[in-house]
Amino acid sequence: MSIPSPPRAWREQKYRYRLVGVKCTRCGLTYYPPVVVCTKCKSTELTTIELPRKGVLLSYTIIHYPPVEFKEYAPYAVGLIKLEDGTEVIAQLTDIDFNELRPGIKVEAVFRCLKTQGEEGIIEYGMKFRRALEE
Amino acid sequence: MRRVAVIGVGFTKVGEHWNSSLRDLYAQAVLRAVSDADLELRDIQAMFIGNMSSGYLQAQEHLGSLLATHLGIQGIAAVKIEAACGSGGAAFHQAVLAVASGYYDFVIAGGIEKMTDVRTEYLTSALIMADDQEFVASTGVTFPGLNALIYRLYMEKYNVRQEDIAQFPVHEHFYAQFVEHAQYRYPITLEQVLESTIVADPIRLLECSPISDGAAAVVLCPLDIAMKRRKEGIVEVIGSALSTDAISLNEREDPTTFIATVKAAKRAYRMAKIEPRDVDVVEVHDAYSILGIINLEDLGFAEKGKGVRLVKEGEIARDGRIPTNLSGGLKARGHPVGATGIYQVAEIVKQLRGDFGKNQVDDAEIGLAQSIGGVGGTVIVNILKRIR
Ligand SMILES: [Zn+2]
Repeated sequence: MSIPSPPRAWREQKYRYRLVGVKCTRCGLTYYPPVVVCTKCKSTELTTIELPRKGVLLSYTIIHYPPVEFKEYAPYAVGLIKLEDGTEVIAQLTDIDFNELRPGIKVEAVFRCLKTQGEEGIIEYGMKFRRALEE
Repeated sequence: MRRVAVIGVGFTKVGEHWNSSLRDLYAQAVLRAVSDADLELRDIQAMFIGNMSSGYLQAQEHLGSLLATHLGIQGIAAVKIEAACGSGGAAFHQAVLAVASGYYDFVIAGGIEKMTDVRTEYLTSALIMADDQEFVASTGVTFPGLNALIYRLYMEKYNVRQEDIAQFPVHEHFYAQFVEHAQYRYPITLEQVLESTIVADPIRLLECSPISDGAAAVVLCPLDIAMKRRKEGIVEVIGSALSTDAISLNEREDPTTFIATVKAAKRAYRMAKIEPRDVDVVEVHDAYSILGIINLEDLGFAEKGKGVRLVKEGEIARDGRIPTNLSGGLKARGHPVGATGIYQVAEIVKQLRGDFGKNQVDDAEIGLAQSIGGVGGTVIVNILKRIR
């Protein structure tokens, strides 16, 4: 459990409130989270992009024994998701019946409360994924 | 570069040491290793201490100075080495470099983790600190959860069943019966594994390494000094390599292969001038059953997707082609995180000395230890050889 930190929560909003990654202007590869040097071509010219909000579930798990700051939310599902542009993200899955979980289902990002930061009660918001409404 | 030997090993039993503090547990291991090396503490010039979470679990950092002071050898060079669950393997790698370079003659590589001081949910938080806090841990995923993502991808990609993967802990518990320092010295059945509680679907409790306290230490010195001091039981470090990979699974092309294992193994084999088939005994980092299988493949002992065959066909048994985790592995010997990499090296040294009791591999000459930090963000491969 990290120490409650208003500056950190504030700084990370930029990435949490939208799905923000970077794209290498030379070779076109995208990265999430953002990096400062492209792994493939070593270019430092990367521009911030908003990633697609839809994707497909590659793998999932159901967390029964959570970290202390997520204790009240268990059980919940977490997935590895491939977005429409090929970028992959790890995210919590929400509004979904565990029995519907299987690799290949279509999912989309939604804005949700992620957790409450420690005793001081900073509430962190961010992206979770749910089953895509239209298939 | 000088040739490097391990001349002493020492460790505590792995388990729940309610009455011992971090410093006392660590000191026991060091005193045993120094005595085994037939040295005095005053001979030691440097100490690298593998530990992951003392800052979080004990609110104690600065282990180099703390532990040197507790051992009465303040003045030496001593630092904590942290690479998550691979901290022990990384500390050993640093000690090898320190002796090989010619800078120090007598160096301790140690490891310590005291995990039973806090409740499980705090440990769960501590262990996920091995991954990206801002972008991955913030989702609520746990360390077993990340391994569960890999587990499911692996089963699907290679069409392998959980019943086959779950044989790995059964194998390890069988051998742990005969290992005095192991945490769980009893056999388990495949049915028990498959019926145990689900921790992070599909991973079951008996597929997970436990919560452990433990400390281990080894003493290294130049090979020529070792040959003068010891008549027998000299073990040389013939290969040592550390490699990193993207810290999180979503940044990797194929999470079912640990590229850091492939790279570290390649470098270590090249340095040792051997092939995988030359290895007589192995300790792999099986924090979860699936990792036991993946590691065997990535170290070059089986093709991708075929690791379970080694288990099924008895190839990883004591008398098999590639005897693996005869210590009980992380699952049954136990996994005091930052100490585990040092336990592995100490166990391999004892195998090569012919001193591993009932689980001794006949005439073992070359042994390999693999230590993993996070979900493969760091991997250390060390190869040791008996010198006659
Ligand atoms: Zn590029």
